[in-house]
Amino acid sequence: MELKTMTFLIVGFTFALYIYIAIRSRAASTSEFYVAGKGVHPVLNGMATGADWMSAASFISMAGLIAFKGYDASVFLMGWTGGYVLLAMLLAPYLRKYGKYTVPTFIGDRFYSRTARVTAVLCLVIASLTYVIGQMKGIGVAFSRFLEVSFEIGLFAGMGIVFIYAVLGGMKGVTNTQIAQYCVLIFAYTVPAVFISLQLTGMPIPQLGLGSTMTDGGMHVLDKLDLVLTDLGFKEYTAQKGGTLNIFLYTLSLMIGTAGLPHVIIRFFTVPKVRDARSSAGWALVFIAILYTTAPAVGAMARLNLMHTIQIGEVGSPDGNLLYEDRPAWFKNWEKTGLLKFEDKNGDGRIQYYGPGLKDKEAEFGWAGNEMVKVDRDIMVLANPEIANLPNWVIALVAAGGIAAALSTAAGLLLAISSAISHDVLKGIFMPDLTDKGELLAGRIAMAGAICVAGYFGLHPPGFAAQVVALAFGLAASSIFPALMMGIFSKKVNRTGATAGMLCGIGATLVYIFWFKGWFFIPGTNMLPNTADNWFLGIAPEAFGSVGAAINFAVAFAVSAVTPPPPEHIQHLVEDIRVPSGAGSAVDH
Amino acid sequence: MSDASRYWTENIRLVIGCLIVWFIVSYGAGILFVHQLNTIRIGGYQLGFWFAQQGSIYTFVALIFFYASRMNTLDHKYNLQED
Repeated sequence: MELKTMTFLIVGFTFALYIYIAIRSRAASTSEFYVAGKGVHPVLNGMATGADWMSAASFISMAGLIAFKGYDASVFLMGWTGGYVLLAMLLAPYLRKYGKYTVPTFIGDRFYSRTARVTAVLCLVIASLTYVIGQMKGIGVAFSRFLEVSFEIGLFAGMGIVFIYAVLGGMKGVTNTQIAQYCVLIFAYTVPAVFISLQLTGMPIPQLGLGSTMTDGGMHVLDKLDLVLTDLGFKEYTAQKGGTLNIFLYTLSLMIGTAGLPHVIIRFFTVPKVRDARSSAGWALVFIAILYTTAPAVGAMARLNLMHTIQIGEVGSPDGNLLYEDRPAWFKNWEKTGLLKFEDKNGDGRIQYYGPGLKDKEAEFGWAGNEMVKVDRDIMVLANPEIANLPNWVIALVAAGGIAAALSTAAGLLLAISSAISHDVLKGIFMPDLTDKGELLAGRIAMAGAICVAGYFGLHPPGFAAQVVALAFGLAASSIFPALMMGIFSKKVNRTGATAGMLCGIGATLVYIFWFKGWFFIPGTNMLPNTADNWFLGIAPEAFGSVGAAINFAVAFAVSAVTPPPPEHIQHLVEDIRVPSGAGSAVDH
Repeated sequence: MSDASRYWTENIRLVIGCLIVWFIVSYGAGILFVHQLNTIRIGGYQLGFWFAQQGSIYTFVALIFFYASRMNTLDHKYNLQED
């Protein structure tokens, strides 16, 4: 069957499935709308968290990042998984015990402060909105590449489907579709990986394949890749390229940012018990780890395949490079999208793809510069099945998987945004007398509004859309995570301390990001060029969230030490959330 | 000292222990000592690289389940479990 028909069929089938689930899981109360009635099994919640967490970036971009950065991409692998350890031990069980619907509610209650609650809402909305725009773009791209419809139609189709299940079902609908979406995306990710690992190493498990020997020549995969890359003037794949301090802080920022992202935290409000919140974080990481430990194999093997496709013979020999007119079909397809660009600089009709290390040999070989002027990282996962000559249904599956990853994350983020608007802002501040029914309606309207705003920004992406890692993780790491952690682990941190800490943490992080990326990301307004030699101690703007968090902790403790301690009922609240027993009722004193 | 505060002290001790392991496998083996560990090989992997891209993640998963099961024991020991 033709690829396009096959893709329509598979994507259409998954969409029908999501709509079926949406109709089956309508929300009847605010508890169902915000936290799925707290009745989700911990293993299923783990699966839903996996889909909630793994976005278009994890599915499409991460293996590409690994393919081109090698060892240095480990910051994403460790950073985006290690955060779950912090979540399981420092936040999830206690917030579940508290039993309210949103993250800003806890911050507002624990620090008995409306300012703290509003600050948390603002951070939540900015971080989640930045994040959701990227998902919208991912849906549009997947549609336009695989189904050959326009970007806009793809985006509207995605919005429509999220609209149906998120507005109708709230957290209940989102959870059930996320479980289905996890199955689609993990199947779509691992099947091509297994095939490619088999082809290259004869080992079906990619995680082991990456450490195995190649079927041709008997060299280990990673050694072969190091050799091929250094022969072509690139840096060694397994070697460290960036500064150690930056790698350290970058990983730390991603970890605490992950633990502080509200759309992930609220998933743990949906399980029945405190003990379920702990184990559910473990299950979430199991389901995430299946993809995250496969990604390094996909990245390395895809890079090796790409290099072998172009460099067909010995480096520097007259017929060592692929003739441009002999290029494979996937090459032509991706050239059409502009994500792959070739320029015949020396006019020999062959493709030379090499790194700066071969500069001094150019004259000898008759080369005139690297001719692969653009190789977009996102191609690596999407084109991987084509590069490895896998059957059409596998390619169609990858399209459905990418769309599932983007949809599930978008829905989770939109839910975090809409519940903060309807529960914290509307009911919490403006209309405290709102009935349950009224709030449910407000929640649905907020959700519909959030989808439209996200869709608008998807069509007209603002400057900050590309800064997901810097902005979303920076805000979560420097404000939400420290505030939550101090709220649970310290009885001394008070209203003034927490608010001052959050503001100083966010302030420092935002100024550092804007300093190198331009004020409010307006091009040309940056104070210093965004390069490693200008960074303070070599710390990238994306890695600064952990420094912001440290500032937050320091300021909060210092200010709390010189201002009156929290009132007694707040200290009892802290004691109460620290123990699992008596969930739902106040502790007696 | 009340039961609740003894429970909390034990919990903190357990968390610190787990976070030390969390730190060693990622920041230690995967970042600070990656060059030294890379001189050791397991199969086709250099050990430091393996920790950075595989081993740390497996350890994280094991750590969370270890913590969850120890906490369940602790909940029962102090009779602070739910229901």
